[in-house]
Amino acid sequence: MARSLKKGAYVEESLQKKIEKMNANSEKKVIKTWSRASMVVPDMLNHTIAVHNGKTHVPVYITEEMVGHKLGEFAPTRLFKGHAGSDKTAKRG
Amino acid sequence: MARLVGVDLPRNKRMEIALTYIYGIGPTRAKKILAATGISPDLRTDDLTDEDIKLLRNELSNYHIEGDLRREVTMNIKRLQEIGSYRGLRHKRKLPCRGQRTKTNARTQRGKKGAAIAGKK
Repeated sequence: MARSLKKGAYVEESLQKKIEKMNANSEKKVIKTWSRASMVVPDMLNHTIAVHNGKTHVPVYITEEMVGHKLGEFAPTRLFKGHAGSDKTAKRG
Repeated sequence: MARLVGVDLPRNKRMEIALTYIYGIGPTRAKKILAATGISPDLRTDDLTDEDIKLLRNELSNYHIEGDLRREVTMNIKRLQEIGSYRGLRHKRKLPCRGQRTKTNARTQRGKKGAAIAGKK
């Protein structure tokens, strides 16, 4: 079910504070966050946010088109490099 | 016989059904269109008069269908891919993007069994 409009978009408080502070001082710093569930809001535009993927922080540069998506969507949590393959098919190219 | 919005010409079917051959029109919309134009849903495509066809053509122009709709869908997918979102990634790899299992099933997205290996870039 969608989130109630009354509440507005979910952004973790600490993250929101940091962004507001940066906007107030018009600085540009990479913010680390673990809050993958936070929504991308227009305040974040043109900032780089390092989103945790369970292991490291993946830097995500926020563009206008990303608004409305969650931060976690831009930091994949799984790394799959393909199956090992048998000797016959292995090592092409 | 009847040729509406491009290439669609299902004949010998009840209008209710024939209209659903148009991309972007399902049973609900088909019924709505017929109600709006006053054409009986039981008429066959071949039995339509030129007048009916004109009416239908007018009515259909109010909807977002066929080419326009297809373009919109691909644009949406392209957008997801360009912003580097997880859903875009899944589209690129031809895998389901709504969290379905892929150990088995997911054949609609992944294509026929045994066909080329999915996930190749």
